[in-house]
Amino acid sequence: MAASKQRPLSPHLQIYRPQLTSVLSIFHRLTGVALSGGTLLLAWWLVAGAIGPDAYAIFEAFCTSWIGWVLLAGFSYALMYHMCNGIRHLFWDGGFGLELKDAYVSGYVVVVASVVLTALVWGVGLGIGGEG
Amino acid sequence: MTLRSPLGRARGLGSAKEGTHHWWMQRVTAVALVPLMILLVGFLPVAAAAGYNGFLQLMQDPITATVLTLAVIAGLYHMKLGLQVVIEDYVHHEGAKTILLVLSALGASTIGAVSLVSIFMLAL
Repeated sequence: MAASKQRPLSPHLQIYRPQLTSVLSIFHRLTGVALSGGTLLLAWWLVAGAIGPDAYAIFEAFCTSWIGWVLLAGFSYALMYHMCNGIRHLFWDGGFGLELKDAYVSGYVVVVASVVLTALVWGVGLGIGGEG
Repeated sequence: MTLRSPLGRARGLGSAKEGTHHWWMQRVTAVALVPLMILLVGFLPVAAAAGYNGFLQLMQDPITATVLTLAVIAGLYHMKLGLQVVIEDYVHHEGAKTILLVLSALGASTIGAVSLVSIFMLAL
């Protein structure tokens, strides 16, 4: 049944200016959903390995294609971000860092740590790849 | 004063019959996944650089197989719980919501089963 007159609505997301805390919160969900897609890539890797060298070669070729690199870069960053921000959530669950100032500090820590960790993984990973 | 019966209060589950189980398991799997994902992220570049034969050798290590098994189970359980919350929050059509909830649960189970069988085939 249609409303007979326009009633006032409570303000929703688009009313508010985006803040670090809200953006990080949305990004946590976004990376979580993206990582769900990433599990397909991991499963493909294991299945290809179990099937044999030909299937494994196809998987390797996909991963070293440009779309493979983009997906792996996104997957690794999403994983590092979701892990860092997840640890932030666990501290909140324990009752720590709930003051607004602390939430901002931990937010910036998550942003920096997720970038550094991703760079570290790729630095080490490409270093090993270069040797092999 | 409370209107709940003594038995209902003792069970503490309310009408949904599951209490804090979802919330709690999301946290338990999260805690488990921190070390597991660090190990996985450390393992992936090594395995990727090793080529097919090197990969086969790495996968025959029982410790590797154990860590990967735990990572798959905890990761996909965590994924199922997380997707459930996202679907419940954003999909308001009752039929579509139910279908997506079932699909996400079956999808997580299938990805998990396929991954685990592969890990065991490679380890044995």
